[in-house]
Parts: sequence; C-alpha cells; structure tokens
Amino acid sequence: MSSEQGRIGGKQRGLIFGMVALAGALLFTSLVLLSSGVNPLEAYQLIFLGSFSSPIRMSDMVMLGAPLILCSAGLTLTFAAGLYNLGIEGQMIIGAVAAMLPLRLFSDLPVPLLWLLAFTCGAAGGAAWALLAGGLRIGLRVNEIFAGLGLNFLASGIALYLVLGPWRRVGQASSSGTQPLPTDLWLPTLDKLRLAPAAPIIALLALAAIWFAVTHTRWGLELRAVGMNPQAAGRMGIPATRRLAESFAACGAMAGLAGTIQVLGVFHQLIPSISSGIGLLALLVVLLVRANPVWVLPVAAAFAIFSVGSLQMPLALGADSSIAGVLQGAIVLFALLGRGLSVTIHTSPRIQMLTQRRKGAKPSTE
Amino acid sequence: MEVRVQNLTKIFGSLRANDDISLTFAGGQIHGVLGENGAGKSTLMKLLSGFLRPDAGEVWLDGKPVALGDPGAALRAGVGMVHQDPLDLPGFSALENLLCAAPRWALPSRTEARNTLTILAGRLGFSIAPDDRVAALTVGQRQQLEIIRLLACGARALILDEPTTGISAAQARALFVALRRLAQEGNTVLFVSHKLDEVADLCHTVSVLRTGKVVGAGQMVMPQPQEHLLNMMFGPSSGDHTPPRRATLQPTDRPAWRLDAVTAREGNLTLSGLNLSLPAGAVVGLSGLEGSGQQILLRLLCGRVQPEAGRVLLEGADLTTAGAEAFRRNGVEYLPADRLVEGLVGPLTLADHFALLDRQGAVINRRHAEAAARQAIADYQIKATPMSPIMSLSGGNQQRAMLSMVPAETRALVCEQPTRGLDVASARAVWGRLHARRDAGCAVVFASADLDEILDYSDYILVFFAGRVSRLLPRAELHAARLGELIGGVDFAEVEEHAA
Amino acid sequence: MNQLIIDLAAILAAATPLIFACMGETISERAGVVNLSLDGSMLLAAMIGFAVALTTGSLLVGFAAAAMTGALVALILGGLSLSLGQSQTAVGFVLALLCTDLSSFLGARYVRVPGPAVPHTPIPILSDIPLIGPLLFNHDPLIYTSFVLVPLIWWFLFSTRAGLVLRALGDRPQTAYARGVPVVPLRYLYLMLGGALIGIAGAAYSLDLKQGWSYRHTFGTGWIALAIVIFGGWQPWRVAIGCYLFAALQMMASRSQSVMPGLPTQVFQVAPFVLMIVVLALVNLLASPNTARRLNRLPEPVRRPAERIVAWLAMPAPTALGQPFERP
Repeated sequence: MSSEQGRIGGKQRGLIFGMVALAGALLFTSLVLLSSGVNPLEAYQLIFLGSFSSPIRMSDMVMLGAPLILCSAGLTLTFAAGLYNLGIEGQMIIGAVAAMLPLRLFSDLPVPLLWLLAFTCGAAGGAAWALLAGGLRIGLRVNEIFAGLGLNFLASGIALYLVLGPWRRVGQASSSGTQPLPTDLWLPTLDKLRLAPAAPIIALLALAAIWFAVTHTRWGLELRAVGMNPQAAGRMGIPATRRLAESFAACGAMAGLAGTIQVLGVFHQLIPSISSGIGLLALLVVLLVRANPVWVLPVAAAFAIFSVGSLQMPLALGADSSIAGVLQGAIVLFALLGRGLSVTIHTSPRIQMLTQRRKGAKPSTE
Repeated sequence: MEVRVQNLTKIFGSLRANDDISLTFAGGQIHGVLGENGAGKSTLMKLLSGFLRPDAGEVWLDGKPVALGDPGAALRAGVGMVHQDPLDLPGFSALENLLCAAPRWALPSRTEARNTLTILAGRLGFSIAPDDRVAALTVGQRQQLEIIRLLACGARALILDEPTTGISAAQARALFVALRRLAQEGNTVLFVSHKLDEVADLCHTVSVLRTGKVVGAGQMVMPQPQEHLLNMMFGPSSGDHTPPRRATLQPTDRPAWRLDAVTAREGNLTLSGLNLSLPAGAVVGLSGLEGSGQQILLRLLCGRVQPEAGRVLLEGADLTTAGAEAFRRNGVEYLPADRLVEGLVGPLTLADHFALLDRQGAVINRRHAEAAARQAIADYQIKATPMSPIMSLSGGNQQRAMLSMVPAETRALVCEQPTRGLDVASARAVWGRLHARRDAGCAVVFASADLDEILDYSDYILVFFAGRVSRLLPRAELHAARLGELIGGVDFAEVEEHAA
Repeated sequence: MNQLIIDLAAILAAATPLIFACMGETISERAGVVNLSLDGSMLLAAMIGFAVALTTGSLLVGFAAAAMTGALVALILGGLSLSLGQSQTAVGFVLALLCTDLSSFLGARYVRVPGPAVPHTPIPILSDIPLIGPLLFNHDPLIYTSFVLVPLIWWFLFSTRAGLVLRALGDRPQTAYARGVPVVPLRYLYLMLGGALIGIAGAAYSLDLKQGWSYRHTFGTGWIALAIVIFGGWQPWRVAIGCYLFAALQMMASRSQSVMPGLPTQVFQVAPFVLMIVVLALVNLLASPNTARRLNRLPEPVRRPAERIVAWLAMPAPTALGQPFERP
C-alpha cells in the first residue's frame, strides 16, 4: 500500500507527478468541454470562482463542504486500516434517520438538548450501520465493498419507506420528503443566508480530532500499523480485528454526523436522497489524500468549490453541472496514473539500472 | 534427451546464486542434484525450466543451444518441471487440468486427453481418474498428474524439486518406480533432493552444489560414500566451534515449555506424538533441512499453530488452544525470519515502533519514543536514525531493531533463522544479545539452516528429518559430522525418543 | 394463466441488460479482474450508444459504439491496474463515478430526445406455440441474444480450451504462466471483452428497454449487477437466475400495492440486497474450516448429501480475483 513512502526523493517525485496529474485532469476536462462546444476558460472561471460569486453561493459551498469534510475525515480512518468503506452513503442515510428519531419522539424537549440528542443519535446510527458492514467483513469475511454497497441500497430503502410510510407528510405521501421540521429546530443560520455556522464548526472540530487521533495517539498509530501489516501488528500485541471494527465505527459515526447536518442544517426534513452522493465524493477525496487527514481540508474544500461553482453552468453556459464530477473524477484518475507511473518507473529494473549507473551507486545490500 | 548447461550464471543483487555452472545430464538416466538450502539448486532448476533467464552461459538440449525465455518455451523445447507444491488448478478436474493450456497437437480433443490420461496413468502405475477433482487429490497424486501432463505435452526431460516432501512412503515408492521406467524409455530425469538415501536409491549420477558452484570434480557416478557427499554438501567443518556452555541437563533447569503427545500439521507436513520438555535458561537449536518440521515446532511454541492433539504447557500453564496473543502475554516473544512480512511494519519508523510498544497513556510521547529508539540504536548498534522507516534498513539492522524491541520481561524467545542474510559481525552481535538473554534466565529456541550456527550457539540441539524429531541432544554430545548425517537421515532412529 | 405468461415474458425482457452486464462481469472476474466501473461504464455506453444510433440512424452502429465504449473503459482500468499496479478497486470506483458524470455531461443534449429502438420481432411460427411462444419467441433480437448468451458463456467457460485457460487466469495465474500462457495480455483481452458486453448492456437500456436517454438512466443497475455476479457464484446459469430473480422482485415491487397492500414496496426493492448479503455471509460460513469439521462429525448417510449441498452453495470466488500477477 505505501511501498513508495519513505524512499528518498519520494516527496519530490510525488509533487511532480501530482502536478502532472492535475495538468492531465484539466486537459482531459477541457477536451470534454470542447467536445460539447463549451469554452473551457469560461467554464473554469465558473467552476473555480463561481462559488465566490455571491454570499449565497459561498454559504452553499460551506454547507456542502461540512458533511464532505466529515465523511472524508472518517474515511481516512478506514483507509488507514486498509479498508474501502463503500458503505459510507448508507451510514450517512441511517445517521440522518437516527437523528430524526429524537426530533420526532421528544419534540417537547428544549431545542439545544434536542440538537445534542439528534447529533448523538445520528453518530450512533451511522456507527451501528458501519459496524454491520464491519461485522460482516471481520466475522464472516464478506468483502466490505459489496457488504457496503448492499447496505447502501438497504439504507435508502429504509429511508424511502419512512418517507412514504410512517413519517409521510400529513395528508399526502410524497417521495420528496417527510414533513419539514418546525423552524425552531433548524440549525440557526447567518442572517438571510443558508449557512449554519454549527455545521462547519462541527466538521472542523471532528477533522481536528481525527487528525490528532491519527497522528498523535497510540490508537491512530496502531490503526495505521494494522492497515500496513496486520500480521506484524498482531505480533506486537495490537488487537487487529478490534482496531478494524473501531475504524468502521468511527467512520460511520462521522458519516452519521454528516447525515444529521443534512437533516438539521440543509434539508430540514428526511428525504430519500439525503446523502446527496456526498459519501461517494468523500471516497474520491480519500483516494486522493489517502490516510492523511491534513490534506482533507484543502481537497474537500476544492471539491466543494467545484461542485457548487458548476451549479451555474446550465444557466450561464447552457451546459450540465456534472462537469464538476468529471473534473473531480479525472483528478483522482490521473493521480492514480501518476502514482502508478512513479512506482513503475521507480521499480522497473531497466530504468533503475540506468539511474544507478548515472549515480555510480552500487546496489545496496548487507 | 541430453541436457547440458554451460557456464550458467545467475546473479541476484550481490549474490551469485549460480556461479559458472557446467554440467551434462545424459538421456535415459536419473541425475541427483544435492545441496543444502541456498546452495543454488532451485535457481539452476528455474534456469532450466524457463522461470529465470541466465545472466551468462547457455543451456544445450540434444547438442543444440536453446533460449528458454519462459516456462512455456522450455516445455515446447521438451523440459518440464514438477514443483514441490505442484503448479496445477485445484478447482479443476484432473482432465481439465490436463487440457488447460496444453498444445493442440498433443491433446487434440477431450476424448484423446481422457485416453492419454488413462494410458499414461496405467503405464506409470499412477492412480488418477480423469474426473477426480484436483483439490481432492493428495500432493503425491497431484505430482503424478503433473508428470502425466508434462509427458503428454512432449516433455523429454523432467525436473522434480524435492518430490518426496509431503507424500507418503508408498507414493514415494510408486514415484520411484515410475521415474526409473521413464528413464528406461530414454527420458532424462533431474531429481533435486536433500535426502541422501533417496538419491543413493534412485540416481545414476549425482552433482553437489554449494554456494552457487558445483563442488569438486562435478558430476559423479553413483554410488558414492555418504560421508563424502555430506562433506561436499556442508563443506569441511571449521572444527573450532565455541565450546558448549553446559554439558548436560541440570536438574535445576525448570522447563519453559512442555509438549505432551502433541500432533500438529502445517501444509503437508505433520509432527506427531511429540513429547518434549524445553529448558529455560538455555539455547535450543532446531536443525534440519528446510521444511523438515522445525517451522511447525517453532509456531507451536508461540501459539501460531494449534495442535490437533495433545497439550502445550508454558511454565506449567496449559495454553494448548490459547492462541498467539496469550503466549505473547505470558512472555513468549516470536522473532520471524521474514522481518518485513510478520515482524515489523515496514513503512513505520523505528520511533513509531517504540511508541507502539510503550503501553502507557493514550497519547504518543514522541520524545519518549525517540529516546527509546536512540537508546536501542546505541545499545544494538543499529545503523539508522529514530526517524528511519524500518524498510529502509538493511536486513541486519532490521534484525537488531526487532531484537531491541523484545520487552525486558520476556521469558522465552522463539527465533526463526535469527541471522539469515546477516554478515558475520552482525550475526555475532545478534548472538551476543541472545546469549545475554539466556544468561538472564530466558529460554531461547531458534531454527537455522546453518550447521555452524547451530553448533556454535546452541546448548541443546533438536534434529528434524522429514517430520521426525530427535530427542533433546546436548550440544557436547554432537560433532559436526554426526549432525550432518542426522540431517540427512542417516541412522536417525538412534536419536529418536522411542529408540533411546 | 395468460397474465402469468405475459408477466414472465416481461421479466425475461426486463432482465436483458442485467444478463449482458453480468455475463461481461463474470468473464472479467473469472479472468481475475474486478471491473468495478460497471455502473458508470454502462451509463456512458448507454448514452454514447444512443447518441451514435441517433446520429447515424443505425442501431447496429449504436450498439457497436456502446460495446467499444465499455471496452475502452475496461482498457483504462486494465492499464492502471494490470500494467501500473494500482488497486483494481480504487481505479474501478473512480471510473464508475467519472463515467457517470461524463454521461450526464455529454448526454445533456440527448435527454428525452426520441430516438431509434430495437424493433419488436416475434419469430414466425415459433411464437404461435402455446405458452412457450409468447414466453420466449415474442421479443426483439436483443432479448433473443440474451437467451443465447448465457449458454454460450457457460459453454465457453467450461467446454472450450480457451475457457479452461480463462478460468486458470483467475484461479491460479502462476500455473497459467508456467504453462506458457501470456497472463497479462489475456487478462486485458477478457477484461475488454467483458467491458464490451457491459457496454451492450448499457445500450440495451437506451436503445431497447428504456428507450432514449436521461440522467442516470440505469440508476444503480450496475452496482446490482456486481452483486448478482457474486450471488451467482461466478457460474453463468446461477448468475442468470440471479438476474431473472432480481427482475421478478422489481416487478413485484411495482405491483405490490395491488398484490399485497400491507407490505411496503421497499421490501421488494431492497430484498435482493439483503438476500445478496445473506448469501455472501452464508457462503463464507459454509466455506470455513469449522463447517468442514462439523460436517465430518455427521453420520455417513447424512454427511454425503450435506457435503454436496454445502459444496454447491459455497461457490468460491476465483482465487486470484483482484490480485495483481507478478512474474515469478
């Protein structure tokens, strides 16, 4: 997994390939834009700067960025443990459903207490759903990718059932969502904007906590050790399966918090597509930053900027907003290409021989 | 078919695995190739069967030089190899396995293949039916199937790599009958082994390899005296081994481990009915050719293999089914040979490892960990900084790092090839450390393929031969020549428990 | 009775794209490569197939374009994973999302544009046979092809020499290599062949089943196909049964209000996924050494059939699935 880490010059080489990857992604996206008759420069102006064009856009960007950061931060944990937690969408949905429970059941409690309950339940719901995938993986050796995918569909089925069934709007069942929450339960927003400051604050706090956990606690170090080499970790007395389960639960809890933000701060109701593909986008973020939480903030922010910026594409340029997804996907794809090339070039015997001859170095052995 | 190699050389890094080897294997005969582990036997066989390409030298078949670029090309040229773990397809039937990737001229149809299989199996006395599932066959039968397949695909020279490891005595006899018959029919058979009696029984000629070179005059006609062959395999004993520390088992020696009637299996090898008591405060060396059973005992002693029958006691406590973690908690530390596979986490630094071992507090104390790493670097002369990733260290430094991480309270050390790949100075340093542990009362058990290491550093020796185990032999009672014989299975019964 | 036949025929038709996609994925995974891009690949092929058929006016060219799209995506996956050593999962996942968004972006101008569709072509005489006629011979050529495809793939995998080699690639590539098989080039070939079938599956939506193009036209079907392949244990017949079962459950979901008013529709929609997870867990449970040990304790007359049932249920995945091949 990290064979290229730690070699001398790895960082520089990584940076060069990163730049090449970004250039490649931009070139590819430009070709896609041109093929649809869209001027790439105008498009990039929207994609990169559109989010900053108005306070409303900026607040949208923040409200997309917050759950994205939460999910990405959670995914760095499962990625560190060597897992592909594709079930994150479902964990977000179940988190949102769980957050709805106290809001519906105890609506006469004081509002701050309800928020606290909602976030707690959301995190617990997401964690429980993730542990289901974790249990299947650890106990029954069901690949977490397929367990996660199946549980995603199951989760959206549950949400749809609740929206159309027991939690339907008074008088009419509509798949568009449940009865909206009373406005006093909405997370308070900045004046006339949709920006609820609680969302980014929670996201940044969670990111900081995960960064601290991964880089400064023994738990985080043990998790990384398990992800890199479970056998050796076991030999050193690290309870590997327990760490795997914990990484699932922690990631699920983050996704649950993200789902709660979607309910309390963005949609103010439960809708079937409450996760809005944020979990999948977070997976892209993590394929780029890998197990390194430090890079989550810039990359997630950039991806949120692209996504919100491109929303103006249809009106401004008559093109579809999904170009943001094309750019995001292309960046990750070209980054994988760059990584692959850098490792292949580094380990190819012929090229190695050439570089060694140039340096006049002899092969290092005992 | 005559197989000839001319000045064959293969280099891995700085290791000359095959160094200027020239040999001729005449058709219609069985040729033994002997050598201890790492002598270069497998490299030579891989060069002959196309798995490796030589850095210099040539392979000649029937007087013509050939380029064996890959195993497919080698088989087309008539050279086939039967691997120790047969390279077949467990999910297939015997017939499908035979047909898979077979050239069309050899087996034009399913019916033809079925006939060929039945006929060849009948002729060679093998018991395989076309519809048997490969996964349900024994290793011996899978070998037979591979032989049939190679013959059907036109092989006229067969290479067998340690074919009798993991098969029953009856199957070995059947195999030998078949091999003799194949030789009579004009095929060339290369028999790679380290079992002297089998080579004596079967082969027309023998060649001995050591450190990548052909020893002595080259190919010799059998029979040859066993001592002579052993001498060639292991080299003349250096003679000046360090004197053993203790001559006999002292009554005060408390046992660290006790094994009661233990039967354990790993892969296709079984140790059965093992009764052993291993003393604390002594070094026990496990000697034998690779894959003779040492591995299983080592893994039993640290809970990584659980016995199928019998009991494993550690300082009187029954840990038979407790698992590796319980052994570790009870003070057994395992030092694997593959340091980066099972031992250490390659991408993490030395300081990271010490942080992992420091069980105090939830937050890592970097300064502590770095100080501990620096201390270890000084104490164990590790050439590294606290921030060096383990995988950037040389093998010797990795080994010393792994040793430096053994907790002070460890009461028993289980080491697999503790000095493999280390230079002399590093090896001596590692043993200095291990002996210091022993002198502090720790039990040390190690396996090594190097006879000198066994003789130099052990207080007691256990010899393994094809799954059989000797009793605990005091080092003082063994000299190099006798140990070499025991490893080769000569008069092994003399040292077995029930014979004593 | 008549209604039942009509329903069954509709299920056979509805499962057509799934059949193509699942057979493609089966080939690819049997050769040892997981094509996780399936969903996105199918969408992009659906869009391109429709666009090409619309512009050229030829259905055949449309299908060819779709197949080529699927093969191209597979080629990219192969390049990054087989040649450059990146994780098949990571690359496949990125490609799935990237292709989905590409299809949305490039396909924007074709949304809900009427276009060509595979014509309904009952087979004369055969379609008049009672029961079987309306069930099997009252469809269009694509659906007939799907009927032929399953036995064809099955025959190829289990009865041809090339099929043996294909299975060896996924089970034990070292063995294939030792027998002179070019492992990586062949993996490319089958990955792309599978990709082409996945592409045709996409076009089966846009040019046949759900004629036309709209955003996320095949929503989620690709992910389902991946699950069905596992459910079917990489056996063409069982995979096909999985496809038809899924189509049947979906039909029940759309009818459930009238059939079983008490039961929420979602039960049918999510049932396949719950089923898949349960089957996966069961298969792994059955394949574990504990089960073998327990079976061994059973008395002889019970043990044999029990072992046979377990062996049939516990279809193991190709051993080397998802693993890179390195020359020894």
